[in-house]
Amino acid sequence: MIEYLVYIFISIGLTFNCLGTIGLLRFPDVYTRLHAATKCTTFGSIFTSLAVIVYGFVLWYEGSTGYGILSLHSAVALVALVVTAATGAHALARGTHRHGIKPALAVVDKLEEERKVKE
Amino acid sequence: MIDLSNLFLVAGAALLVFIIFAMMRALLGPTVPDRAVALDIVNTLVIAAMILLSAGYKSIIYVDVAIVYAILSFIGTLYIAKYLEGGP
Repeated sequence: MIEYLVYIFISIGLTFNCLGTIGLLRFPDVYTRLHAATKCTTFGSIFTSLAVIVYGFVLWYEGSTGYGILSLHSAVALVALVVTAATGAHALARGTHRHGIKPALAVVDKLEEERKVKE
Repeated sequence: MIDLSNLFLVAGAALLVFIIFAMMRALLGPTVPDRAVALDIVNTLVIAAMILLSAGYKSIIYVDVAIVYAILSFIGTLYIAKYLEGGP
């Protein structure tokens, strides 16, 4: 019965990974690409990893040794993935704005105004 | 619970297709930050695919490789951002 949970998690993860890749290919600007791709890909990877964690935990609960270690290590990898993806995207967006690339279709740019006030 | 190894292998293959499409943005991208964003997404997808293939092939060592790869790709992304920002 619980394998339907694994099917649902895999479906959600693959759907959101696909949406993130489409957003990376289709959006007009580096900031919008970063927004779509990072959010969707992190969410999708969380759900595919949750599917592996549930699978390993159920197999460990039913008595096959070794799958508990798979579930535990997948949880550690999931934590590392979530922390590093968000921080890396933030640093990349900040570096891009300092590099001099402006948002393509934006009307308001608060970060640029703030920098002009400081100088 | 029934054996779901083939499901995880199919999901990993789908993630590899997405990685190929993200690499197209890394090849086409007009500016340097576009390529950096595409490589960041490729790194995230490779980690997810490694976790899935570890469940598919029933070998736990792939997950340990994925943890180290996550930390190292994070450091690489930070260095690219530092280079784009310029300055000392």
